[in-house]
Amino acid sequence: MPCLLYYKRGLYKTIKFKNPSYVGDPINAIKIYNEKEVDELIFLDISASVEKREPDYKMITDIATECFMPLCYGGGISDTEQIKKIFGIGVEKISINSSAIDNPGLISEAASSFGSQAVIVSIDVKKSFWGKYEVMKGRGSKSIGYDPVSFAKKMEDAGAGEILLTSVDREGTWEGYDIDLLKQVTSAVRIPVIVNGGAGSISHFEEAKKKGHASGLAIGSMAVYQKKGMGVLINFPGRPELEKILS
Amino acid sequence: MIAIIDYGVGNVGSIQNMLKKIGHPESIITKNPDEINDADKIILPGVGAFDAGMQKINESGLLDVLNKKALSDKIPLLGICLGMQLLTNGSEEGKIKGLGWIDAVTAKFDFKAENSNLKIPHMGWNEVKVSKQHPLTADLPEPSRFYFVHSYYVKCRDKNDELLSCRYGIDFTCSVQHENIMGVQFHAEKSHKFGMQLLKNFAEL
Repeated sequence: MPCLLYYKRGLYKTIKFKNPSYVGDPINAIKIYNEKEVDELIFLDISASVEKREPDYKMITDIATECFMPLCYGGGISDTEQIKKIFGIGVEKISINSSAIDNPGLISEAASSFGSQAVIVSIDVKKSFWGKYEVMKGRGSKSIGYDPVSFAKKMEDAGAGEILLTSVDREGTWEGYDIDLLKQVTSAVRIPVIVNGGAGSISHFEEAKKKGHASGLAIGSMAVYQKKGMGVLINFPGRPELEKILS
Repeated sequence: MIAIIDYGVGNVGSIQNMLKKIGHPESIITKNPDEINDADKIILPGVGAFDAGMQKINESGLLDVLNKKALSDKIPLLGICLGMQLLTNGSEEGKIKGLGWIDAVTAKFDFKAENSNLKIPHMGWNEVKVSKQHPLTADLPEPSRFYFVHSYYVKCRDKNDELLSCRYGIDFTCSVQHENIMGVQFHAEKSHKFGMQLLKNFAEL
């Protein structure tokens, strides 16, 4: 599934969470995905929490109205009132990152009010200088002193229905998912794990599915660029191709 | 003209947009009885709980015009998700009566007895099975998948009213049709090419 990053009123793509470059207008991108049999779309407003502001409901309404596939929204969510508003707009799932760290009780509240399936916890992970995986906050800028396995378990216990696991080090690199990290998390929790960060070719999907036991595969660069280092092209791998590899 | 009924249950903009996309720009989102009266097709959307949805219809003052269009004028009417459940006589545990246009009840999934770990609500893509031939489901690719979000499902009294079925722990009816009244449990408007085909079929009935 495409994982789109919204920043400064446009779609941007980052590399290792840095150097955002503009890739286009979100509505236009969604119209293209509508044609491509995309089964789910993740839309993350990456500046909301950093700027300590609420979700932009007007923007979410515009996105949800154009989207002919289930939509997961993340960014700036910090209480259940906001979550209620977002579901009311016609969004199917929410993704929580910063607030899951600061206030795990929100995950439990959201799961009991709206069903755990609608609540995704997004976990950003980076390898430390010593080669240890660490959960990060603030767009990958600060370690919270948790390893991803214990944090994922904690989120599962809190009621998360799904985990979006992003490798900060791989994000935007096209080098492939971090399968080692993925394996550690999928073998520790029972809830589905969507792997994110690093996808650059179809063979990376197969690896993540078969070796890493990912339930979902998120793509960023592959969904917005032609190839590594090349121009913007909103696209999505064809279903027959995917089915051949993933079945 | 297709009237998409706005009785205060969430954003229905994606239904209208999907209709536009498949070549039917003439739909309106409305809670105006006169506009509904002028419509030649009606879509009844909805998400959430049965009682809350039915209460909103009752409070909207649209019940009379909806009954007239559905039962006397007999124009094609499509309920989507909660909108399909509202077509039934009522929900098993709810206190409020449904529209009663389809002889069925709405029941809650109960998987405790089966000792299963299936989650409620049922959320996700599922393949559907055709129970009977009807123009609403014509030209759907085989197999077809649709996107579901629901905790309740519809139990028809007359099996002939079932158009499509789906399996989630149990086999359940995911689309109904009786004369001009139709319903789909899944979100057609979120089911990209499959939803487009179904809404196109409805728009061209």
